[in-house]
Amino acid sequence: MAQTAEAVRAEDRPRPEPGPDRSPPRRRKPTPYLLIAPTLLLLAVVLLWPVGQMVWNSLHAYSTRHLLPAGPAPGWNGFAHYTHLLSDPFFWHVLRNTVAVCALMVGITMVLGTLVGLLLHKLPKWFSTIVAVGMMLAWATPAISASLIFRWLFLPERGLANVLLDGMPDWLVGSGWLDYSWFLEPLSLFTVLILVIVWQSFPFVAVSVLAGLKSVPGELYEAARVDGAGAWRSFWSITFPMLRPLFSLLLVLQIIWDLRVFTQLYILANGFQNTSVYLLSYYIYQQGFSASPPNYGMGSAIAVVMTAMILAVSAYYLRIMIRQGETR
Amino acid sequence: MSTAAPRRTGTPRTGGTRRRLSRGLRRTGLYAAGTAVLVFAVFPVYWMVSTALKPVSEIFARQPRLLPGAPTLDHFDRVVNGQLIPGVNFWQFLANSLFVTLGSVAVAAVMSLLAAVAIARFRFRLRTGLILLLMLIQMVPMEAMIISIFINFRHLQDVSGVQLLGNLTGIVIVYTAVALPITIMMLRGFVAAVPRELEEAAAIDGAGNWTVFWQILMPLVAPGLVAASIFAFITAWNEFIVALTFLGRSTENYTLPLTLSYYFGRFGTEWGAIMAASTLLTIPVMIFFLFVQRRMVAGLTMGAVKG
Repeated sequence: MAQTAEAVRAEDRPRPEPGPDRSPPRRRKPTPYLLIAPTLLLLAVVLLWPVGQMVWNSLHAYSTRHLLPAGPAPGWNGFAHYTHLLSDPFFWHVLRNTVAVCALMVGITMVLGTLVGLLLHKLPKWFSTIVAVGMMLAWATPAISASLIFRWLFLPERGLANVLLDGMPDWLVGSGWLDYSWFLEPLSLFTVLILVIVWQSFPFVAVSVLAGLKSVPGELYEAARVDGAGAWRSFWSITFPMLRPLFSLLLVLQIIWDLRVFTQLYILANGFQNTSVYLLSYYIYQQGFSASPPNYGMGSAIAVVMTAMILAVSAYYLRIMIRQGETR
Repeated sequence: MSTAAPRRTGTPRTGGTRRRLSRGLRRTGLYAAGTAVLVFAVFPVYWMVSTALKPVSEIFARQPRLLPGAPTLDHFDRVVNGQLIPGVNFWQFLANSLFVTLGSVAVAAVMSLLAAVAIARFRFRLRTGLILLLMLIQMVPMEAMIISIFINFRHLQDVSGVQLLGNLTGIVIVYTAVALPITIMMLRGFVAAVPRELEEAAAIDGAGNWTVFWQILMPLVAPGLVAASIFAFITAWNEFIVALTFLGRSTENYTLPLTLSYYFGRFGTEWGAIMAASTLLTIPVMIFFLFVQRRMVAGLTMGAVKG
């Protein structure tokens, strides 16, 4: 990609004196704007405008009655939603859970994905292809299907997980594994949630790391082995530094994706009654569409917090992109 | 390194047998680990299909069986020919899903091709800004914007009478916008890779802009267009939160993921049917995934990996 960008730039440099008989097709100025106009218009209206709207909403008292054509205009509310959030123990509880669950998802996904990528690199081609195709099944499974599968696997009484765990000592969960319910308490529900997310996202990390490993010259490892470096040592001295940009990128993408988990939680929690398992995205949705009456202002304030967190991480992503020359 | 060195230099002296033995062990270990990864990745999908094929008595047997003892297509029959939601049949949901995915893919393909040509072939003032915007906009989570988008569409409805909630049009619009940034970035590389000399040569031979576009650019960019379209297809096919918010109670417009979630909410114990429907939802994605998996890595990590 960087090379192609380079090539384009070279093409765009003014050519020294085009011959009189061969004038390069000069493109008229308005063309690029015409080409991007539909895209810009759609993105501005559908995605960009709502971002501003979100901030505006968060500063107003806004509910369903304000949506009615004859209803009152949303009233200015200042920073009341934010101050309320800051002093609300429940919001902090949700925020803490979101950060902790996200950290676990990202951490486990990255470590597992990297290990699997290294493993695939070591395996003979035929076997690593089989494993890669198998991983694609996990990666390709739609979030809804994946969540339902895990809900079924961890079902009390008849779920496969509980039947298999039945051999474990009962005191671990109180009254026996077979009828242990995973979806009531935050700790057990988040365990299953993390498992679903890791199951779906480790293949992407593994395949990316594998692709990255192929770009590292084999002589480096050869030299390290001659110097007596083991696997651990050569990972940290060669693989990691060589693939650092890739690892940063994967890390950032995983954080961004895992901070916003919604669908899987929607299925696993099966409704909004159990407030102890809320994550930020879930809290936003509940405020906007499940609370009665809906509190669009409060929902938007939480959305602003979440967006700020994600944009902070994205800033790092953008920096990597700019450094790689993707914006040129 | 200082701790590892003495141990390693000692290896040659111990002779070939031990080395061969340890290499054999290592190989076995690698295969075992690979098999474990394979099982972890495949098993949940296998369990979905296997459950879908089991009769109810086997699904809820005290001792679950790995393989269906008496495989049956009853659950699939019930999903496809019965009514997952009273009054609406499976084909309607499939048609809804196909409409929103194919609709958004078609529009996004055309728009992103135009924008990709602009970015790859022209220098203009907004160019860098546009690229940054594309990168940034795909970071802002839909989960955060959904309230605002919903309110905007409601206002539009009140002001102009254009109905975008409770039907599929609004969903197509949002899916198209969501797909655009990544499809543009994927296509951009393909357009840039087409040698400009080729276009110029055609132009010298008297080909107009239109001919150059269809005869020169299109055939070379087509693989990228296919990959980007499949990517957009998968995203739209799986999408849940927008459909959930926009469609509300108009069940006749439900897409497949929404239907599945609704059915699970109502008939949460019908695991045979739920798994059969999940299988049907998953199959198209798996097929398409085979085609774009490599592109997807390259598209998402954008150049950090030369996939």
